[in-house]
Amino acid sequence: MSLLNWIDDRFPLTKVWQEHMAQYYAPKNFNIWYYFGSLSLLMLVLQIVTGIVLTMHYKPDADLAFASVEYIMRDVPAGWFVRYLHGVGASMFFLTVYLHMFRALLYGSHRHPRELIWLLGMVIYVALMAEAFFGYLLPWGNMSYWGAQVIISLFGAIPGIGEPLAEWIRGDFVISDATLNRFFAFHVILLPLLLALLVYLHIVALHKVGSNNPDGIEIKKNKDKDGIPVDGIPFHPYYTVKDTFGVAVFMAVFLAIVFFVPELGGWFLEKDNFAPADILQTPPDIVPLWYLTPYYSILRAVTFEWLPGGAKLWGVIAMGAAIVMFFFLPWLDRAKVRSIRYRGWLYKTFLMLFVVTFLMLGYLGTKNPGHVDIFWFKNLIWAQIGLVIYFAFFLLMPIYPRLDRTKPEPDRVR
Amino acid sequence: MMSMIKKLLLIVSLLVSPALLASGGGENLDSVYINLADKGSLRRGAHTFVNYCLSCHAASYMRYERMAADLEIDTPTLVENLMFAADKPGELMTINMASEDAKAWFGVVPPDLSLTARSRGPDWIYTYLRSFYRDESTPTGWNNTLFPSVAMPHVLYEWQGLREAHFDESHGVSEFSGFEQIVSGEMSEVAYDEAISDLTNFMVYLAEPAKLVRYRIGFWVMGFMLVFIALTYALKKEYWRDIH
Repeated sequence: MSLLNWIDDRFPLTKVWQEHMAQYYAPKNFNIWYYFGSLSLLMLVLQIVTGIVLTMHYKPDADLAFASVEYIMRDVPAGWFVRYLHGVGASMFFLTVYLHMFRALLYGSHRHPRELIWLLGMVIYVALMAEAFFGYLLPWGNMSYWGAQVIISLFGAIPGIGEPLAEWIRGDFVISDATLNRFFAFHVILLPLLLALLVYLHIVALHKVGSNNPDGIEIKKNKDKDGIPVDGIPFHPYYTVKDTFGVAVFMAVFLAIVFFVPELGGWFLEKDNFAPADILQTPPDIVPLWYLTPYYSILRAVTFEWLPGGAKLWGVIAMGAAIVMFFFLPWLDRAKVRSIRYRGWLYKTFLMLFVVTFLMLGYLGTKNPGHVDIFWFKNLIWAQIGLVIYFAFFLLMPIYPRLDRTKPEPDRVR
Repeated sequence: MMSMIKKLLLIVSLLVSPALLASGGGENLDSVYINLADKGSLRRGAHTFVNYCLSCHAASYMRYERMAADLEIDTPTLVENLMFAADKPGELMTINMASEDAKAWFGVVPPDLSLTARSRGPDWIYTYLRSFYRDESTPTGWNNTLFPSVAMPHVLYEWQGLREAHFDESHGVSEFSGFEQIVSGEMSEVAYDEAISDLTNFMVYLAEPAKLVRYRIGFWVMGFMLVFIALTYALKKEYWRDIH
């Protein structure tokens, strides 16, 4: 213990442990949705660790990159395992983050006084999309190349400065070695640093106000004589052991994919990316991976050339607005109660509709627009319907509470 | 809560399933049976590959040594029968033809075949190699129903023999109606399909040698994870006994 005393005199080790683990009181009624925060943190750590190993063998050079990935897959001991962990891990990271965000929509975790946690979380989400986008270029496969080409060309839609801006980002007139080098720098240094910092702030903000729970009520309102919330339990050991169980189940699913179906039928690793980047050979359908396709769908759904500035510009604006909408959520949602358990049918219906729409847009984003009929319409029409529902969910939000009948919240968690 | 999740899943499945069905189609490919556990088939495929493919196409991410080890081929056999363009077993499966020459002779550089089974898929390879026919109008004298006007000649014509393709012309659209055997080859149709099937099997291995270990380790990992889940669940239950 003398070592601990020595440290405590110089660094608040015991204090930090008590405040954030052993005497941090979390509501005792967390359900399955509350696993995905710690699982997202696990994925961040795992991506960093596997990323470090990959960086030891990967070559950020347009002539060598593709071959160096195959070198990792074949010649580096267990290299295939690390690479699949990282590649599949990207998708699993987004999966946990999306479920974590959905949890907030279910139980009102973004509402007062947790607005800043939500905003920091949204910045993490945007940084994560950037991280995934930069990382996707690195294998230098044909879909890497053309995906980056399409996304960066979107900047070209901005009036006036568009083209020079796109050129400045690429460092060239097309995606090239210069682009690969800077994307590598962003992917392995800039964004991981930013993500680590943002996640730290996200947790600090959470521990300041305390966790929400499935009932959406404040456990801090009911304290015993020692000032401990009666419905709270210490994070350690209760939630550390519970989250360990969550990690075990999640890793079983994750590793099953890694060992048996790492490509997941093209959803996690695309077929076209097993051919090296070729400037002369455009893939028949250029699509990002599933976690970005809802926004890609929204971009492509705007086909109205009569709009001032052209359809492409408005597509880019719609895509940006779709993401920005989430930032305003704490102020758009004005219901008396937080949790879906006590909200009326209107919010429940719209939330359900929003989830279905988000998944539908995600699916449509992987398909060539306008070709296939799904039920009655071309998939472009479906994407346009989806776009309207997507924005309606957010913009009508201030109206729901006026029409919706809420149930009374209980005093104690159930 | 659970009923809501169930409802949600139902709606999603209703929405997605017809869409998935509608997305099928495209090229009509014959399906091939892939079995990486069949080392005999992999060795026969490897033999065909190095003899017929590896003179124009490279497999430059793969090493002879690794192939020999995985396919249980001993070093003297490897050096004598399977290594024509390399001196040492540790070398990559590259070719001696220069890209400039290839471009001059074929019009394109023959693509590297290391990953074709992953980028095109095994069914595509299997169908492609069984779709060549005689066509005097092309520079090589060969054409392919799956890949029209392909620059590659029919390398295995001695095996398959000479075939012509028939097309039905209707409403200005010509539709492939079938092949006609003009000169028979060294192999029967069944034997040829078998040989291509072995070659495809080998190319699936070639595209991802780790596949051989992946499944094997995977079962142990799953076994471990199940035990781990049980242990962590018991631990959680024990700790949470005094809550609620």
